Amino acid sequence: MITKTNQNLTSQHNVSMMEYTSPTVNLSESKDAYLLEAEMPGVNKNGLEVLLEGNELTIVGHRQPENINAELLYRESKPREFRRVFVLDPSIDTKKISAQIDQGVLRLNLPKAERVKPRKIEVAD
Amino acid sequence: MRMNLQKPELSTWSHLDQLLNLRDEIHRLFDPRLTDGQRTTEFFDGWTPAIDLYEDKENLFVKVELPGLKKDEIEVSMHDGALSISGERKAVTEDSSNQTFRSERFFGRFHRSLALPKPVAVDKIKASYKDGILTVTLPKTEEAKPKQIEVSVS
Repeated sequence: MITKTNQNLTSQHNVSMMEYTSPTVNLSESKDAYLLEAEMPGVNKNGLEVLLEGNELTIVGHRQPENINAELLYRESKPREFRRVFVLDPSIDTKKISAQIDQGVLRLNLPKAERVKPRKIEVAD
Repeated sequence: MRMNLQKPELSTWSHLDQLLNLRDEIHRLFDPRLTDGQRTTEFFDGWTPAIDLYEDKENLFVKVELPGLKKDEIEVSMHDGALSISGERKAVTEDSSNQTFRSERFFGRFHRSLALPKPVAVDKIKASYKDGILTVTLPKTEEAKPKQIEVSVS
């Protein structure tokens, strides 16, 4: 799996770059699948987009609209949308990708195609 | 910058990922786009969740970005006019045969405290946790609320 970072995107989309922030991710691999976890605080199911174009997977998170009607005194959070692009390993069965988001953490399950799963070959007598 | 995360067993660069993480952190420290008002010390200090502070006539509001926790893993307390938020994000115990090849998320204890600009009614503080964001509502004490004084004109 190849991770494209913001610098790649900057050269292509100079103007829109400032509007996005890159979510922190964990990537792991099991026998059957890759698991991608991305932190997108303030994003729920309604604000989540997972786009697949060829072997490029884009995750976009739109934060829920501000529910506090008050004066902002101090801010550390970034008022930007989340966006990150991944190039998928050809072994991933893109038809079977599933996603869920819970308390601002997106979990993407990227199953491997049957043909690439390790299997034991019995030795004939 | 392009990261090629090949299958670990095919890679002769088993420590490349750690080096790339380090390189990311260094980039982050010097990249003004990523550092504006943003906490950049994660690599050195563990996890520093982002805090926002709001005020209206009646309340102070504190929002903290805490993705991926459970409600009972968050502790909110007040000490001498400072709000303290702490807790622990536990790593999900994974199958040991799983291979992690990118690890940016922080697991472990965190703690932040914030001196509040106005006195608040400690017994009326409320907190809620939704979409990975903790919102603490702190009603101001009567003395701290703005008052309108009626002026009678005779």
